[in-house]
Amino acid sequence: MSLTILINGEIHAGIPVGISVGGLLSHLKLPSTKIAVERNQAIVSKSAYETTNIEHGDIFEIIHFIGGG
Amino acid sequence: MPKNVLKIAGQEFSSRLIIGTGKYKDYAQNAAALAASGAEIVTVAVRRVNISSPNEPMLVDFIDPKKTTYLPNTAGCFTGEDAVRTLRLAREAGGWDLVKLEVLSDPKHLYPDMEETMRAAKMLIDDGFKVMVYTSDDPVFARKLEDMGCVAIMPLGAPIGSGLGIQNKVNICLIVEQSSVPVIVDAGVGTASEATVAMELGVDAVIINTAIAEAKDPVRMAKAMKHAIIAGREAYLAGRMPRKRYADPSSPLAGLI
Repeated sequence: MSLTILINGEIHAGIPVGISVGGLLSHLKLPSTKIAVERNQAIVSKSAYETTNIEHGDIFEIIHFIGGG
Repeated sequence: MPKNVLKIAGQEFSSRLIIGTGKYKDYAQNAAALAASGAEIVTVAVRRVNISSPNEPMLVDFIDPKKTTYLPNTAGCFTGEDAVRTLRLAREAGGWDLVKLEVLSDPKHLYPDMEETMRAAKMLIDDGFKVMVYTSDDPVFARKLEDMGCVAIMPLGAPIGSGLGIQNKVNICLIVEQSSVPVIVDAGVGTASEATVAMELGVDAVIINTAIAEAKDPVRMAKAMKHAIIAGREAYLAGRMPRKRYADPSSPLAGLI
């Protein structure tokens, strides 16, 4: 059993059941201090990374700062 | 003489130059230009992380948000809802609430959609953001945005990225005269003299991106802009001489041999 979720518009299958947002970020090798996460259109605060579990069909946006005017 | 610091929403800055972080060759060149410019604030964009290459260089690795104030923008947002969503994410990533609102319209001229800008500004202010707002150079909208609670009014000097210089000095002066929050020329400056012209009109600061990033030597242009901003501010504070129609000799005519 595994979960399928959408991250930044792309389908990601094979996500282990019971994984938290923090776990997902480590799985993706993303530096959690430099990014922000939105799950189903709601912000996941950094303090809630470990306590927020991922569910099948979740839609994630993961953003960072880039150059802009 | 007024104290020569830039105060935005209670925060003080000694540099009146704000630089963008777009269009540079790479982040290292951007960081070098920042150092040469003496700017303390940079505008930044908020975008999706590239999940497939998590080790790509990130802006924060080159420009430290603890030392330089990041001003996240809403470039690419066309509605109030998009702007609020983007800046909520920015606030979470960075932890600050000073933001640059820009709701654009037609890609050909990138003029702000003022109706949507007004709506988005209200939504952001209600959500606790301190909004620095990109606006047309219309004193009526500028007044409305200030009354609403925006912390800085940022009229364009000319279309974004055009480098045409200040097109409507009369309007910029009217906005300066009526505003009690900082007025910042955002967009349109092409070279150092134009930055000076903007500051001589009495604006509090200038945001410059393309004029530095697309110069042949961006780091050198950043340095030029630093001096141009200082020169313009000093000239504004010094107060220029009156314009006259005829000559007035500098050497006394009395005592001629």
